[in-house]
Amino acid sequence: MDFDKLGLKMGLEIHQQLNTMHKLFCPCKTELIDKDYDNIIKRNLRPTQSELGEIDRAAYAESIQKLNFKYESYNSETCLVECDDEPPYSLNEEALEISIIIGELLNMHIVDEFHTMRKQVIDGSNTGGFQRTGLVATNGHLDTPYGKVIIESLGLEEDACRRIETTDDFTEFRLDRLGIPLAEITTDPSMHHPEQVREVAYMIGQILRSTNVKRGLGTIRQDVNISIEKGARVEIKGVQNLDLFNKIVENEIQRQLTLIEIKDELKSRNAKVIEEIYDLDEIFENTESKILSSAESIKGIVLKGFGGLIGKEVQKGRRFGTEIASYAKKRGVSGIFHTDELPAYGISSNEVEKLKKSLNLDENDAIIIVAHNEKIAISALEEVKKRANLAFKGVLEETRKALEDGNTEYMRPLPTANRMYLETDIPSFKIEKKLVKSIKDNLPELPDVKKERIINEYKLSEDLANQIVKKGICDDFECIIPSLKLDSITIASVLAYDIPEIKREGHNTYNLDNNKLISIFSLVENGKISKDAISNLMIKVCESPNSNIEKIAEDNNLTLLSEDKVIEIISEIVKNNAKMIEERKMSAMGPLMGMSMKKLKGKADGSLVNKVVKDEIQKQLNT
Amino acid sequence: MDKRKYLIGDLMSYKKISKYFLDNSNVSVGDTITITKTDIEYKGILLDRNDNSEDGYIVLKLDSGYNIGINIENSEVNLVEKGNKPKIGYDNKQIAKSDKKENISIISTGGTVSSIIDYKTGAVHPAFTAEDLLKANPELLDLANYEVKALYNILSENMKPEYWVEASKSIADDISSGSDGVVVAHGTDTLHYTSAALSFMLETPVPIVITGAQRSSDRPSTDASLNLINSVKVAKSNIGEVVVCMHETLDDSSCLVHQGTKVRKMHTSRRDTFRSINTEPIATVKNDNIIINSDYSYFKRGKRDLRLNNDIEYKVGYIKSFPGITNELIDYHIDKGYKGILIEGTGLGHIPDYIVDSIKRAKEENIAIVMSSQCLYGRVNMNVYSTGRKLVDADIISGEDMTPETAYVKLCWVLGQSNQINEVKELMNKNIAGEISSKSSVKNFLN
Repeated sequence: MDFDKLGLKMGLEIHQQLNTMHKLFCPCKTELIDKDYDNIIKRNLRPTQSELGEIDRAAYAESIQKLNFKYESYNSETCLVECDDEPPYSLNEEALEISIIIGELLNMHIVDEFHTMRKQVIDGSNTGGFQRTGLVATNGHLDTPYGKVIIESLGLEEDACRRIETTDDFTEFRLDRLGIPLAEITTDPSMHHPEQVREVAYMIGQILRSTNVKRGLGTIRQDVNISIEKGARVEIKGVQNLDLFNKIVENEIQRQLTLIEIKDELKSRNAKVIEEIYDLDEIFENTESKILSSAESIKGIVLKGFGGLIGKEVQKGRRFGTEIASYAKKRGVSGIFHTDELPAYGISSNEVEKLKKSLNLDENDAIIIVAHNEKIAISALEEVKKRANLAFKGVLEETRKALEDGNTEYMRPLPTANRMYLETDIPSFKIEKKLVKSIKDNLPELPDVKKERIINEYKLSEDLANQIVKKGICDDFECIIPSLKLDSITIASVLAYDIPEIKREGHNTYNLDNNKLISIFSLVENGKISKDAISNLMIKVCESPNSNIEKIAEDNNLTLLSEDKVIEIISEIVKNNAKMIEERKMSAMGPLMGMSMKKLKGKADGSLVNKVVKDEIQKQLNT
Repeated sequence: MDKRKYLIGDLMSYKKISKYFLDNSNVSVGDTITITKTDIEYKGILLDRNDNSEDGYIVLKLDSGYNIGINIENSEVNLVEKGNKPKIGYDNKQIAKSDKKENISIISTGGTVSSIIDYKTGAVHPAFTAEDLLKANPELLDLANYEVKALYNILSENMKPEYWVEASKSIADDISSGSDGVVVAHGTDTLHYTSAALSFMLETPVPIVITGAQRSSDRPSTDASLNLINSVKVAKSNIGEVVVCMHETLDDSSCLVHQGTKVRKMHTSRRDTFRSINTEPIATVKNDNIIINSDYSYFKRGKRDLRLNNDIEYKVGYIKSFPGITNELIDYHIDKGYKGILIEGTGLGHIPDYIVDSIKRAKEENIAIVMSSQCLYGRVNMNVYSTGRKLVDADIISGEDMTPETAYVKLCWVLGQSNQINEVKELMNKNIAGEISSKSSVKNFLN
């Protein structure tokens, strides 16, 4: 695809959870909860008039769906604020400070006063029917290999509830995630190539990781705005996998191009959406289609001149009919049938002919069929009519969800500025110039810079330095190292590999604070234990964190043996293998070394063992 | 035509420095402006600023919808486009009436249930009228015909006894003009005082339902909708009493109907804040059903003729006893010419014994003193301990199992009926509007 010729424009929106002690507007912890909930709260939401006297179109689209919600709450892990049964507490200043750090790292201009706003969202993901959000900074930029990218805004907002289950009657959410602070970073829509977007996403990710943000699955979410010259702006939510990004962009461009083609074709055919909704129960009286025969009612509409276009692929494996169906699904049906795909699904060609004849249709027309109870079927077909009429506009401004195959699915229309109004329960927060300056003077080192520095300073390999930075343990590493003479590579590998490994095995590595690690490394430094015994000793320290570490090493037989004892043990091994030495002379060294190490693992230094084995073989040969 | 009274003043305005700056720049609230500082320029609509905020800042709504505060130091403002201060509220559409439906009066008095956000300024004002309530909740129109009236427009913490008098008069007018039921939208803070007052002032043939909201109507999660819809259902029902109708639980699924004299706000913020005290609710409203508590006896619709008796005494004090209370508090009320004092005593109805002297003085001055309990649950009994008996000797009147708030309102009303202490005592101890029950049930605690 020639992106330049198509006029491709992309912008990025990144949401990152901050690793604060408390939520943004209440004292609850910022952790997800996996145990059974204590209470269920049932709620409804309704759209309200916006400040411009208009109902926001995204809020309206949600309002006509069923708005029955259930919220899972906890007696101690969540509180009345998340339930929308207590006003929010004051703004979490720790979250604001992290946001200011991020803003400064992105060369942004911090606002003088932070005002908390309500962004209306009535899909139930926020108990209040709005998300609290505020603008922290504007006018930033990032220098990328593809040129300068403008960072338009940095917002600080609440994360939404976790969706647990959606049924025909309600959607169930868990309150644990609601209120976790999120930094929202928005670039301008000036990027022209998917690779550039990936690069910018990576760079912003690196910047975020140098600050106190959450790590792991679901803690960072990317949305992408895409438009082409003849198309419209579409926001794609939840692009988790950046490797899929090129494909998503290409698929979206394909979709927009096809929708434009469909629009032109519809116009040239003089196509028309017929208002009437037909009862089709009679035609399908004796149908073999299980879906149709089990439905309370079967209804249909006629799309004049749409024939063949409903079945047209807009993205690989997704037809224009799928686009229409996703609108209908918002009203509670599981899908639609259209004549471009029939006969199929148990609907016979005979029935299709009968249908076309009774509705007086020709080749160029299409019928959409919905089977459900009467009320839902009619309301779904109203949505179908709406979407079909919008086909004459080509591409629509929509919020879409990224799918795992690189396609996207309709969620709701793009929100308008109408959905934002002031949160009156929270006073505005003055951001002191002094605070901004002190943050600016103490900005964290960015990950790439940090990596280069520790490679040079501590002679670490690229891979080891990478692990130290990626795992966020550089501070620990640099805190430990000045107290020790032990080589930095040993210390770094214990931190980067051994500790995570014993953690994976289920040991409580939180007990290994820096002081304990220094004590353990000192034992190695002083020849009390061997490097090989570090992991075993750490495990024992995790188990009894309050005991003296040297004593733990002694009690568990992890200390090094004296040289005499080592000689005694190896000499025993050599004697037992006298025959092998006789046959193989010095080449018995290998197997004997192996046997000795097995016996002495962690209890004697390897080089000592090597020397003693050699000496003892010589001795044996000389006898 | 605007009947709204006691309108609170505009709480939003620019103070000295900012005002001077804006006036000099020739821009006003609602205009689209640019503000330029050495390192940044912002463009947006100039908004008003909360009175409590620091001077020297202005508030701008940016294109993105975000508001920010900008320090005006070293900055320059330029007008981009003149704007209007937008009007708040819904269009005044005519609402059609049907003969088949009941006629329900909705009276708004202000408070969260009828507050609306002033979007330009961001303040929540109780400036939403009864009419607006209907328009914000169009499903109400399926239930009844409505006469709507904005009686006043105050937050309920600013409620005064004279407003009860006016409200009772207005409700009586509606009922005599053929209303089949009345819904009063009220702030929750003092809602239970008003419900008690209306209970004493009005003998009613039709339901009078008082309701409110804990979450303002400008938010999608407001509890106002369910409370209002269910209140209208109760106003159409057979319950010929003054009642309070509010959320039963944290769920948006049912409401409780409480006796107007036996209800109290028990939580600062929860939706289910109103609870019946020392009794059970009269009914539960769930979906389209009103499930009446069969143990409850109440006046049915049409059982009583309308009777308005809204004479009250305003000079009634309310004193809570506490460790360290001094005689001065009582003496002050006596000296200032109060006609009655409601005491919220400890436990069974006690105050420290050294206060008894002041009580005796009050008795000499012909001031009615009523004892209630800060326990809220249970009944006053001053015969158990010696202090109590001293109080009985001083002729203090028992508030029985009334909540202190109901006892206070009743004392205002009773003193409006008579200034003879013996008559006052008799009326205070007689059940007028369900406020006193003859015995205490095991069931009625912390429900």
